[in-house]
Amino acid sequence: MPVLEAAGLSKHFAARRGLFGGDRGTVRAVDGISFTIERGQTLGIVGESGCGKTTTAKLVLGLEVPTGGTMRFEGRDLQELDTAGRRHYRKSVQAVFQDPYASLNPRMRIGAIIAEPLVTNEQLAAAEVRERVLDLLDMVGLPGRAADLFPHEFSGGQRQRIAIARALALSPALIVLDEPVSALDVSIRAQILNLLRDLQARLGLSYLFIAHDLAAVAHMSHTIAVMYLGKIVETGEARALARAPKHPYTEALFSAALPSHPDERREEIILPGEVPSPLNPPSGCRFHPRCPHAMTRCADEEPMLRYVEGRIVACHLYDQGGEASGAAVPLEAVANAD
Amino acid sequence: MTAAPLLELDNLSTHYVSAQGTRVVRAVDEVSLRLNAGETLGIVGESGSGKSTLALTILRVLPPAARIVGGRMLFDGEDLVTKSDAEMQHIRGKRIAMILQDPMASLNPLFTIGDQVAEPIRVHEGARRATAWSRARDLLKAVRIPSPETRLTQYPHEMSGGMRQRIVGAIGISCEPRLLIADEPTTSLDLTIQAQYLRLLHDLQQAHGLALIFITHNLGIVAKMCDQLAVMYAGRMVESGPVSRIFNAPAHPYTRALLNSIPRMGDPDQRLVAIDGQPPDLSALPPGCSFAPRCPQVMPRCRNAAPPPFAPEEGRVARCWLAEPAAVGGDFRVASGVA
Repeated sequence: MPVLEAAGLSKHFAARRGLFGGDRGTVRAVDGISFTIERGQTLGIVGESGCGKTTTAKLVLGLEVPTGGTMRFEGRDLQELDTAGRRHYRKSVQAVFQDPYASLNPRMRIGAIIAEPLVTNEQLAAAEVRERVLDLLDMVGLPGRAADLFPHEFSGGQRQRIAIARALALSPALIVLDEPVSALDVSIRAQILNLLRDLQARLGLSYLFIAHDLAAVAHMSHTIAVMYLGKIVETGEARALARAPKHPYTEALFSAALPSHPDERREEIILPGEVPSPLNPPSGCRFHPRCPHAMTRCADEEPMLRYVEGRIVACHLYDQGGEASGAAVPLEAVANAD
Repeated sequence: MTAAPLLELDNLSTHYVSAQGTRVVRAVDEVSLRLNAGETLGIVGESGSGKSTLALTILRVLPPAARIVGGRMLFDGEDLVTKSDAEMQHIRGKRIAMILQDPMASLNPLFTIGDQVAEPIRVHEGARRATAWSRARDLLKAVRIPSPETRLTQYPHEMSGGMRQRIVGAIGISCEPRLLIADEPTTSLDLTIQAQYLRLLHDLQQAHGLALIFITHNLGIVAKMCDQLAVMYAGRMVESGPVSRIFNAPAHPYTRALLNSIPRMGDPDQRLVAIDGQPPDLSALPPGCSFAPRCPQVMPRCRNAAPPPFAPEEGRVARCWLAEPAAVGGDFRVASGVA
């Protein structure tokens, strides 16, 4: 049974335009997305600013209430949970955020920071809490004496270890990792990524991994979902998706990723224009104004998600029988619109 | 092919001194490098490695606490260290320009785009407003801003991040500099916008024969854009040379560790090699080599004596005892066996 399943998940925000909010619009930050996170596996979400990946993380963490769709945790619908069930869910889903300088209270000792979830959620004696804190510090590779120190006495990488220890305190099933290494120095990133992978193997954790560094996402994830303007445009096994993208956006995104070696030469697809506003997304396929393969129907008709060779793709290029690739003829006129 | 390099730094050192003079931070320490016209150099390092201070030193726009304490910077054969402030004003923005990481911080929110792009042309070339504005329009076109006439009269807040960064690029090239220094120019941009911007810089370089210096922590940018690479660690340039030779056979353990620590696409079973420990405090550097406490190949002598720059091969420099020509023999093997 998957740890978390989302079906048709949406989050729409009402937007006010102008001083008195006369003209109301809707920002479809997340618009009908579906994904599954299996036990012990990592789902990576990639996409550019405004694609809805952070809103998705907030929905999973229960920090935002979805406006549509369902989420099932260990088979049970979140909306039907009673108080005890919701409490269990909140304990089982934890988060590690981007900036470990902002996510740790500077006035609390490390021991108290890590123990806080234990104190609020479990009835434990002080000695048991202390023992658990020392266990957790050991798990993330910090010495026991760290418990008596304050956050400012630690470097960025060590702080991120503390944030991970706190997330592990309640033995969660799923951890949401929102850009967990972007704020760290290059030489420290590998330490944290390795630690996260070791913890996953040891504890059977599931991760929802959100990052803009595609190589890091591909390195960490079993499955990758690519988002564009609130929609998932492609989902698939991480290695296959990174090597042979099917959706034109995925293709352009991965071709824009920086090479890891100067001899690595690949075809570069430079997309024209910028990501449109989610307040007023393009008609039809939301990617069509920037798509190098856009056809006339792309502007009118929204592509449905289909299975294409073990991948789920939302693109009209794959409409014919769900098998063909390149069957449709690209329309030059649309592609040249700069 | 022995033309003089466009920029030549020779044992350049910039230190920050505290008010009481008790603490000295060696932000840039005995750095030497050469850059030819039209070439692209990547300067890579972690935060605190001195890479940004090096850029500020080249432009002589250091904060008051910083002093250039030694060395020379030859630009087109002239030593910038000895130039007066007035002379530097004629060089900055005209012959050497700079692009900063955050475009919002380098654009004035109270002036129109046209005023800001035209300003260097008016200041350095004494052009009249109308002439400068028409040049500004051409520059916006060159950095691929759609409908440049309208954009000239708009303000920075009316543009997206990618567009602002392109405008900063337009200001940078407005007086056709010989050298453009870009400090983390794409860190705040999305991936597809970053690709657009890097292509633009590449095209501008081809069109104007610019020399480019990329200051970045991202080795991917170096792999994609640069001919030459200089790696900084704790204020020193620990390795420099042609990009492909360094990527294929790094001479310094720090460079090798950095290259092994980044995930490679399409190799999910790769085990990342983490570098233990933290970068050192620049005001309390260890004696000997600054990287020794974290180095997987450390030898006893590394902790006592800082290695001078060695040349492992033509055109390359590495500050590491392992690169010492004589060390390739028995000495090196014994030492690495101990480590």
